Amino acid sequence: MPLNVKANFFEPGKRYFRAFSPGDDFYEALIETHRDLSDEQSAMVNAKLVLLLANHIGDISILREAMKLAREGV
Amino acid sequence: MLSTYQYPKYEYVQPPEQKSGTSQRYPVVVVGAGPVGLAGAIELAQSGVPVVVLDDDDTVSVGSRGVCYAKRALEVLDRIGVGDACCDKGVSWNVGRTFFRDEEVYNFNLLPQPDHKRPGMINLQQYYLEEFEIKRAQELPNLDLRFKNKVVSVATHDRGATLQVETPDGIYTLETDWLIVADGARSGIRKMMNLEIEGKIFMDRFLIADVVMKADFPAERWFWFDPPFHPGQSVLLHRQADNVWRIDFQLGWQADPEEEKKPERVMPRIKAMLGDDREFELEWVSVYTFQCRRMQSFRHGRTLFVGDVAHQVSPFGARGANSGIQDTDNLCWKLKLVMEGKAPESLLDSYSEERVFAADENIMNSTRSTDFITPKSKTSLTFRNAVLTLARDHAFARALVNSGRLSVPSFLTESRLNTPDTASFKGDMVPGAPLDDAPIKAAGRDAWLLDRVGNRFMALLYVSDPAALDAATARALKALGDAPIPIEAVLVSPAAGSAPEGLPVFEDYTGRFAERYDAQPGTVYLVRPDQHVAGRWRAFETARVKAALARATCNAQ
Ligand SMILES: Cc1cc2nc3c(=O)[nH]c(=O)nc-3n(C[C@H](O)[C@H](O)[C@H](O)COP(=O)(O)OP(=O)(O)OC[C@H]3O[C@@H](n4cnc5c(N)ncnc54)[C@H](O)[C@@H]3O)c2cc1C
Repeated sequence: MPLNVKANFFEPGKRYFRAFSPGDDFYEALIETHRDLSDEQSAMVNAKLVLLLANHIGDISILREAMKLAREGV
Repeated sequence: MLSTYQYPKYEYVQPPEQKSGTSQRYPVVVVGAGPVGLAGAIELAQSGVPVVVLDDDDTVSVGSRGVCYAKRALEVLDRIGVGDACCDKGVSWNVGRTFFRDEEVYNFNLLPQPDHKRPGMINLQQYYLEEFEIKRAQELPNLDLRFKNKVVSVATHDRGATLQVETPDGIYTLETDWLIVADGARSGIRKMMNLEIEGKIFMDRFLIADVVMKADFPAERWFWFDPPFHPGQSVLLHRQADNVWRIDFQLGWQADPEEEKKPERVMPRIKAMLGDDREFELEWVSVYTFQCRRMQSFRHGRTLFVGDVAHQVSPFGARGANSGIQDTDNLCWKLKLVMEGKAPESLLDSYSEERVFAADENIMNSTRSTDFITPKSKTSLTFRNAVLTLARDHAFARALVNSGRLSVPSFLTESRLNTPDTASFKGDMVPGAPLDDAPIKAAGRDAWLLDRVGNRFMALLYVSDPAALDAATARALKALGDAPIPIEAVLVSPAAGSAPEGLPVFEDYTGRFAERYDAQPGTVYLVRPDQHVAGRWRAFETARVKAALARATCNAQ
């Protein structure tokens, strides 16, 4: 299965009436996770987040694809 | 003085109280003739409730304010008789372009969904909306619109309120059974009543300019994040009527509002944005800060708060007037039933509950947009820029770009007025949902569903053939109309034909109704006067519909 780059956010049990809601829910939670942190603390949170999610995904071929895309143009 | 618009000046007429020297008592007084107070007054007057409207001014909204009026507000405006005027004058747009630095990262086309009467939104200067509403208000004999009548004090009590009103002829007193407060964000009444409004201010300033453009420019919405001509900030360009363009420049909190308003500061900003050769003229410039906040409750006894006085949002997503117009649409039918003694006052608490729910959703959405547009920390900015960079190539990131979400009505799913489903349905028309539109034929003529429902309770029964409806059901449906709170029954059918008992038929000739409402023969919807679903079933039964009506009017035991 290739890396999914289509909109894919949802929350089990939650009903959405608007297409923009699940993505906005996620983005708000993401920004909220960093609230009141210093830049250094935020960088640490981000690193931990990547590791946790990477392990959850597991499939290293997908992770390689994501890592490649993330690095492009930076 | 604007070059494209002349502010009307409405005539002040000495109020009867000041002519005769005696105080009078009225059933309903509305304070504030902004877009929201006017919408409420028109709706009440149209439904037969006499209304007095007091406004301290004698013209429409001055300067740059509301621009975008969304589909739901247009549908309400249709019911109060100003939808066509707004849509004829307003500008429709479909294409939106989003730029990041010097590149377009993506564009979208809001192609309106097929088979809805109204588009997702139109752009129109607020003064036009108010002018059209005032014209409509002045056509109604039971609507007494008083300009240059400023409320200077209010005393509320359990029979209503006593107001002191100042006019060019001095101060007079007026009594009212019910008071609707629509005096805007800076409300004096809210302060006089010592009521709080809580929330947060965004630590940012925006330069809002209205510009008349000589040269052609596409009717599109352009949004820039961090553009070269205005580094580090955002800029929005929108077209309004009469070739007037709205430009919003984010300035940052440190900006000096007085300095920034000066033409010698504004002109170079706009020139840099448009490129030097385009000719334009400044119509109006202001600098705003925005806040998101609301009152705890929109009802205080016999005083009801609607519009900006009750809730304010940042303008990203255009939810101010749009939501205020839905406040009054929610309130008016309830107030009328309570005034007629057909529903208990607790029905008005449901006004507050439902519109607080909607206000919270609006505040949430406009806060999210504001946070995306103006990130408050280095990390948020990094995430924001990462989203914009990925958006060029990846659909998931485009969905996260938030330069303002279209103002859409709330699904009042938590309302105590809803009767929960007992059968399963596909689609979105759940109890509490705002009705979806559909093209229909009524009496052989092309019509829209949303032009034919509303202003009263209605039962929509879907049948495969209207002529084949059995006599007993037809009589039972007809009998729903003979009650203190009548329900008008209508058949919806893919087939044309006339129904027994003279029941009206909506011909669902495109099948959109069946699709959007997941209707099968026997499916019934009970629809509120404000076009929200009260309840629905797979088979018609008088008792169930009546129980749902009782629940939707707080009359259930
Ligand atoms: C830059 C900007 C852009 C915006 N864009 C949009 C948009 O795109 N879409 C949208 O829906 N909304 C938008 N809004 C918000 C919109 O302008 C407001 O939500 C709307 O005007 C609220 O209407 P209202 O009737 O509640 O209050 P107001 O329009 O403030 O009207 C209140 C009325 O009460 C009168 N009044 C006040 N005190 C008294 C008194 N004591 N006695 C008698 N009369 C009194 C005032 O004169 C006024 O006429 C925008 C606002 C701004 C500033």
